Amino acid sequence: MIEFLSQPWHWSIAGAAIALLMVLLLWFGGKFGVSSNLRTFCTLAGAGKVSDFFKWDWKAQIWNLVFITGAVIGGFIASHYLVSSEPLNISESTVSYLSSVGITTPQDFSNGGGFVPAEIFSDPFSLKGLIILIIGGFFIGFGTRYAGGCTSGHAISGLSNLQLPSLIAVVGFFIGGLAMTWLILPSILKL
Amino acid sequence: MIKFIKFLIAGVVFGIIMTKSEAISWFRIQEMFRFESFHMYGIIGVAVGLGALLTFILKKVDAKTMYGTELNLTPKAMSVTRYLVGGTIFGLGWAMTGACPGPLFTLLGHGIWSIAIVIASATFGTFVYGMLRSKLPH
Repeated sequence: MIEFLSQPWHWSIAGAAIALLMVLLLWFGGKFGVSSNLRTFCTLAGAGKVSDFFKWDWKAQIWNLVFITGAVIGGFIASHYLVSSEPLNISESTVSYLSSVGITTPQDFSNGGGFVPAEIFSDPFSLKGLIILIIGGFFIGFGTRYAGGCTSGHAISGLSNLQLPSLIAVVGFFIGGLAMTWLILPSILKL
Repeated sequence: MIKFIKFLIAGVVFGIIMTKSEAISWFRIQEMFRFESFHMYGIIGVAVGLGALLTFILKKVDAKTMYGTELNLTPKAMSVTRYLVGGTIFGLGWAMTGACPGPLFTLLGHGIWSIAIVIASATFGTFVYGMLRSKLPH
């Protein structure tokens, strides 16, 4: 069983599992949407004192904090007990492009990672590390709340519910993602 | 307490799915935005296709939650600005960090501690949005 789960999962299996998880969360009385937890963090840190946006019924969202706690534990379990023997099968053209901008694609899981580039995440206080992690994080938090959801809330839950606003948000995700990937990120990576 | 355990288990399953599907990989997100692999499109496509079918059926049979209450399928208020502008800003951050909010937490479980900087910064971003909200076009 462990061996079976440890191999890399085909995209169709992963996609189906996400859809089933979304239905399960609906049945549990919740919904699939991770980014609203960031708003709860702000409320817990006392942001309700300075903005009414953070005075909300966050207690009704405690289940979502429990869910992301589970996501941390799931990451721990998967990275310790379900490690694949094969490296990520990243396309040759991406690997060679990344190498041209100074990013090495890991060829094994030996250092426990393999999911993120060491040049950024193992050296977070380098110039490019700081720019990517701090500004990137800011965009994620600001953008998801402005748009009212992230990949889980809009791209998966919203599109599944045929919501036009979610389609507009997903178009936005790609406008921003493509602009960053093609126009801006190459220069940051070369820093 | 008991009612939270199911969400904890669902979260654990989510973390495992995100890891084994490699959707938490910075490299997979680069590959997706460079259109150099079908992998991420396959995951999202199947999730939305099956998700839409299941959501349609749930509405058709008027399914309820396990507590007998209405499912949380509230329609989103229509607008263009907030979704397009907010979505674009999120997309910039998604391509930089290679992670959307769900994977941020799963990567933390992988012991990639620097992701905590992204989580802290994202929380600050949400705070700034809350402060500027009344001044932004929605």
